[in-house]
Amino acid sequence: MSPRPNDLMGLSDAEYDRAVAIMGRAPNHTELGIFSVMWSEHCSYKSSRKWLATLPTDAPWVICGPGENAGVIDIGDGQAVVFKMESHNHPSFIEPYQGAATGVGGIMRDVFTMGARPIANLNALRFGSPDHPKTRHLVSGVVAGIGGYGNCIGVPTVGGECSFHSSYDGNILVNAMTVGTVDASRIFYSAAAGIGNAVVYAGSKTGRDGIHGATMASAEFDDDSEAKRPTVQVGDPFTEKLLLEACLELMATDAIVAIQDMGAAGLTSSSFEMAAKGGVGIEIDLDAVPRREPGMSPYEVMLSESQERMLMVIRQGREDVARAVFDKWGLDSAVIGSLTDSGRLVLREAGLVVADIPVDPLVDAAPRYDRPWTESPPPPALDDAALSPPDSLGECLVRLMACPDLCAKCWVWEQYDHMVMADTVQRPGGDAAVVRLHGTDKGLAMTTDCTPRYCAADPRRGGAQAVAEAWRNLTATGAKPLAVTDCLNFGSPENRHVMGQFVGCIEGIGEACRALDFPVVSGNVSFYNETNGRPIQPTPAIGGVGLIADLDRMARPSLEAAGHSLILIGETAGHLGASLYAREIAGLEAGAPPPVDLAAERRNGDFIRGLIEAGRVRICHDVSDGGLAVTVAEMALAGDMGAVLAPPPADRSPHGWLFGEDQGRYVIAVPAAEAAGILKEAAAAEIAAIIIGETGGDALTLAGSAPISLAALRIAHEGWLPHYMAAE
Amino acid sequence: MKAAVIVFPGSNCDRDVQVALRASIGNDPLMVWHDDSDLPTVDLVVLPGGFCYGDYLRSGAIAAHSPIMRDVVTRANSGLPVLAICNGFQVALESGLLPGALMANAGLHFVCRDVFLRSETTGGIFAGHYEQGQILRFPVAHHDGNYTIDDDGLAALEDNHQVAFRYCDESGETADRANPNGSRDNIAGIYNKSKTVLGLMPHPERLADARLGGSDGKALFDCLFEALG
Repeated sequence: MSPRPNDLMGLSDAEYDRAVAIMGRAPNHTELGIFSVMWSEHCSYKSSRKWLATLPTDAPWVICGPGENAGVIDIGDGQAVVFKMESHNHPSFIEPYQGAATGVGGIMRDVFTMGARPIANLNALRFGSPDHPKTRHLVSGVVAGIGGYGNCIGVPTVGGECSFHSSYDGNILVNAMTVGTVDASRIFYSAAAGIGNAVVYAGSKTGRDGIHGATMASAEFDDDSEAKRPTVQVGDPFTEKLLLEACLELMATDAIVAIQDMGAAGLTSSSFEMAAKGGVGIEIDLDAVPRREPGMSPYEVMLSESQERMLMVIRQGREDVARAVFDKWGLDSAVIGSLTDSGRLVLREAGLVVADIPVDPLVDAAPRYDRPWTESPPPPALDDAALSPPDSLGECLVRLMACPDLCAKCWVWEQYDHMVMADTVQRPGGDAAVVRLHGTDKGLAMTTDCTPRYCAADPRRGGAQAVAEAWRNLTATGAKPLAVTDCLNFGSPENRHVMGQFVGCIEGIGEACRALDFPVVSGNVSFYNETNGRPIQPTPAIGGVGLIADLDRMARPSLEAAGHSLILIGETAGHLGASLYAREIAGLEAGAPPPVDLAAERRNGDFIRGLIEAGRVRICHDVSDGGLAVTVAEMALAGDMGAVLAPPPADRSPHGWLFGEDQGRYVIAVPAAEAAGILKEAAAAEIAAIIIGETGGDALTLAGSAPISLAALRIAHEGWLPHYMAAE
Repeated sequence: MKAAVIVFPGSNCDRDVQVALRASIGNDPLMVWHDDSDLPTVDLVVLPGGFCYGDYLRSGAIAAHSPIMRDVVTRANSGLPVLAICNGFQVALESGLLPGALMANAGLHFVCRDVFLRSETTGGIFAGHYEQGQILRFPVAHHDGNYTIDDDGLAALEDNHQVAFRYCDESGETADRANPNGSRDNIAGIYNKSKTVLGLMPHPERLADARLGGSDGKALFDCLFEALG
């Protein structure tokens, strides 16, 4: 055996030996770099693949499931929706503006690579405790970075979530999702084909940024993580806008055979993926790769993660068509190689072979680990005594509405252009955002959801709840939920406890997706979100997409008029375990999360959707974090219309009734005359439904508590985040 | 009536204004690429919103030197109507079609939300469908919308009734808190002396369709059609 290099670039000893076996010799420096990124956790999914395979990915409307750049679903009328969510956690912690910006750029490229025009962006953000000294700086940089990129491209950022917990102090999460639309007959894939066809590079020049970014994202942090700043990429949204328009223009011709964006692991991963999927070899002349600076080594060119670059296979004789389009848009493009029948990736520089690796063996032999895991222990029991009824229910509500997780996030989304493209029908801040399908009366509802404290307390239940909540948020607008993308953020898979959380969450996600006919069509796994051995709360973010067939039959959460009856749909036990009430009011992070009854979830949701589709309900909000009182408060503030809530049923505690987080529930508001009919239908369908109050006035009154003026509630709800961010 | 929308690299509200124009004037505007040197014969030119040239150097500064802008400026100076929205307003200022400058927002953040505007003039080809003092709701979405001008310039704008719109609150008061970007005297949009060029930061094309939550912007496009149709 050859002498082992000192730096294995993140490969284990066994993985290095496997590389040597494939090569039949010791890989040179460039080749070793290629093995290292291709076999990184980030690119190879070596610890997660076994479990991801258990997720349901099929439905009659699924055109393309996981494995391509993004998932594709059929929405009828010859149109398809392409979407995916992806993490950019490690770079965003190190350099928040550029990390978040390039996260947005990367996920948009995944979507337009498939031929779709992006029509909306969303994001799921988790920050550390507001008291942590870095949090304010990270929030500020991440939000500015997301806005800076998306606003410039001109794709609206329409929704998402943003929460805080000390487990993210050293590892924030920045998950970005893009949704695009495409003619169902014009979808582009990445499998290279046609021996002799040209391999064309287009977009930004290759520089020395982001080298080994994928490897960085596959290791935990320690105190010296700041030193990894040079591995963070730098984004240029203007170039991406040009690349987007140029690609869509070229895609309208017959020039492109296959296309793949250069994301993590850059030219290495894009060329390997295209070759492996097409069963061909690729020969690349590195001298032809457009470069930002002279003197870059083959290693640097192959591992650079410079942004805004595309690799494509162009039909023979159409190279000039491609060049003309990229020239028009002022972008670099170059023929950098061709497809071969050798089954090998061969790189040349100055005529000399500098790397020569067999494609299939590298891809097929990528390590797969069945990591040991342990079942998560049950959460600490909730001390009933600590949850005795509070002195003032109203004061509890105001405190919850002003807590970091529930407060209004206008400070965040007003920095995002959420209206460009002039199709945003429901703006951020509601259940799901709704974007009109351009030129039609149909709409897409979209949301991102996860409740990490539930996942920490019971991974399986938490995984199921994340899916159920996404489904419920879509349903609350009247949409038919169609499919999800998952962005699975966890600590180190080499830690049995963390691996157990991952396995549990996947089981819960799979169970809920099956029960709700809500397949997973794309996703991303981000492990190693831990610093000095402290992992984050398990955070499997779920991005859901649903279809509204007629925008005239849609619901919004805002109360519209006085004299409406408020009806609660779904069973309320008053479950306070792992609730925000327990955490924010009683100071306890304890108890089991609420049970997720998927059959009830589906029954209640189908009932609600039926009412909205029939045009009988126009005001609806799902019940989630903070429970019933928070739901009604949000509806009141959204419509600037007060409400009075009746006392709970005699066998329920007032605080459990108002703040319990039982699942599968919605609040609707209907003219009083129509309430009885809806209650009757619900009873016939064996769905729990009860009138809980009525609308009117300019205050919210909880039975047995003084009225809270909406003005005061609004100040509390909208004030926290701007105040927090303004304090230095 | 025929309109042209100039498309710069990085324009991103070109389609939005195309849709609004089509709805009001009944035909599709010409989409004219910045690299063309001749402007076709049209009745109206629109400089749309976006981030032309990435807003590099200074918002609108590079676009002002695009080949098409020579012709746009010449024709505008001889009376061709120009509607310059958001990034287009920045281009119009950099091209000398309108006086003053736009700086970074006072809060130093990008700001995207609905604002209230008070229409400050009577009649005209753009705002003729609004009463003087009428309160409108348009969205803003910009980072560099803080309008500034020197004292003499401001006095000239006032004397010639060139201030088209001011940021105001729901009741029409031009309070500081109703000013989303720190613009001098709450100025949201201005005319040239002959009132044939309108530059404004808010986006009339984004609330020109009741489906999107409001249609105050539609009257501006309807007015253009009535005046130029």
